[in-house]
Amino acid sequence: MTLLQGIAASSGIAIAKAYCLVEPDLSFTKQSIDNTDAEITKFEAAIAKSVEELKDIQKIAERELGAEEAAIFDAHILVLNDPELINPIKDNINAEKVNAEHALKETTDMFIAMFEGMDNEYMQERAADIRDVTKRILSHLLGVKVVNPSTISEEVIVIAEDLTPSDTAQLNRKYVLGFATDIGGRTSHSAIMARSLEIPAIVGTGEATTKIQDGDLVIVDGLNGQLHINPSAELIAEYETAAEKYEAQKAEWAKLVNEKTLTADGEQVELAANIGTPEDLEGVINNGGEAIGLYRTEFLYMGRDQLPTEEEQFEAYKKVLEGMEGKPVVVRTLDIGGDKELPYLQLPEEMNPFLGFRAIRLCLEEQEIFRTQLRALLRASTFGDLKIMFPMIATLGEFRQAKAILEEEKEALIAAGEKVSETIEVGIMVEIPSTAVQADQFAKEVDFFSIGTNDLIQYTMAADRMNERVSYLYQPYNPAILRLVKMVIDASHREGKWTGMCGEMAGDEIAIPLLLGLGLDEFSMSATSILKARSQILQLKKSDMVKLAESALEMGTAEEVMEAVQKACK
Amino acid sequence: MAEQKFTVIDEAGIHARPASVLVSTANKFQADIFLGHNGKDVNLKSILGVMSLGIGAGETFTIRAEGADADDALVELEKTLKNEGLAE
Repeated sequence: MTLLQGIAASSGIAIAKAYCLVEPDLSFTKQSIDNTDAEITKFEAAIAKSVEELKDIQKIAERELGAEEAAIFDAHILVLNDPELINPIKDNINAEKVNAEHALKETTDMFIAMFEGMDNEYMQERAADIRDVTKRILSHLLGVKVVNPSTISEEVIVIAEDLTPSDTAQLNRKYVLGFATDIGGRTSHSAIMARSLEIPAIVGTGEATTKIQDGDLVIVDGLNGQLHINPSAELIAEYETAAEKYEAQKAEWAKLVNEKTLTADGEQVELAANIGTPEDLEGVINNGGEAIGLYRTEFLYMGRDQLPTEEEQFEAYKKVLEGMEGKPVVVRTLDIGGDKELPYLQLPEEMNPFLGFRAIRLCLEEQEIFRTQLRALLRASTFGDLKIMFPMIATLGEFRQAKAILEEEKEALIAAGEKVSETIEVGIMVEIPSTAVQADQFAKEVDFFSIGTNDLIQYTMAADRMNERVSYLYQPYNPAILRLVKMVIDASHREGKWTGMCGEMAGDEIAIPLLLGLGLDEFSMSATSILKARSQILQLKKSDMVKLAESALEMGTAEEVMEAVQKACK
Repeated sequence: MAEQKFTVIDEAGIHARPASVLVSTANKFQADIFLGHNGKDVNLKSILGVMSLGIGAGETFTIRAEGADADDALVELEKTLKNEGLAE
């Protein structure tokens, strides 16, 4: 039995067998073959197995994702049966007397190069399909298992180096009870996804993939960030009790689902949820979310090979707005770049992606992408209380330009006879220090602010949040951060506007008393954090928190602030 | 031998999904079937061949079938193209 300490990324406890999601080793060497007939038979068997496997995956995909998503596997199966691919490989084995692996690679490389060389972006993407198929045949030739998370059909805990958004999208919620990764922090994508999927997770364990084998029994303690491998019977029993206790605590919080969020002295604030897809709505409703404070639309663009159409987007936005039944929904326009890539946009690699061409910067340049999204949003606006938010605004000029584009699209839609809501609030994310410092000027033009603390902290402290070695600088309670937050909130209130917060800090136990004291109007967090936050706020007096926040602003270090909060909220 | 000319009406051109349907249909027949576009002929029973032509919206192509069931194949392929809204 082994214990790995990582970062608690999503709370809860899960006990199940490990499922290792690792890239298989498909290396081989070129070999001379005497018995070419036997080699061809081996090759044919690998093809047959690959077809069989794809048919299984297709069935599962059809059931879990729908017929449309599953259709791509038709093409994959046809590639496996393609005479123009298979015959040259067999000829190659015969003529050159080489092993099947080598013949396969040589032929598929030619096709991959051909597709990549085409001037049509869609066709270039097909090279990935051929790579995928090649990998599958190779794995059968070499007898190596290729993992495919969409085929998981028993309860497991997924172990991986990291999970990309498209990996997580493929995970079957019914069977994946939790996960643990080697790298990442509380704000990396895998962690955020785990919270929105409401499954326990630990990130940054360092060596989960090297210490854990497929089928090992593991315990994911998402409350303390501990990952136990092949635990003793006593420890399992202990954790089963802890899991029950946690469930009981959750049941206690659940009583607050329909309650207002009022402080002990009667001040009301709004507790909202961060979501990534319409599927997350259920969690928001079940956890008593009073609004959507952040709808991350980039998931619509990820895990696919071309941009989503206006219609697809419209349907998603409409679904969320209708699902919230008139409660506010803050939609953030496309925030791509940084750690979120879209391969099909083929953006050049950057030295400093977090300081580079991303979010609104990209949207103002690639206006067709931006305008398509805005049209979809405007058309959906009549189905609920839509608020539009631009990410990564650094200058007032950027905001004005984005707003002007929005107005243009709105007028064009109205001229075309479409209905558009007249009461859409337009706001910005505050995640760049320049915007926080100049919040007084922004407040005259925007309808609201939402502070994105993950990026605001990273930019203020000049510390890459993906780099574990500087993770000590991720200091939400640093007085410098608190002062920026105060500037933003005060600026908005002077103009009769409101300020929300949609970063991780908004759901943090230590930060909540401070934010309450600073006058934050809306707290947007993972749906699963809402009830806990509500039960905490019910106990706090706003007047006390104002005093606490005032003194925190004058403190020297984050540690002092943390201590003061813990003392005040005992 | 049977031969017929078509024009692509699908906005996305002959992309992966309709190409799959077309190749699957062709595979039902004994005849050798070819897809011609811009002076190039490819085997219609090869999805990579069909996709490699990258035929876009509004472009024309011919289907040529040779063999015992060539006529039936062409009738069936025409039906598929129309049902899929791919070409006319």
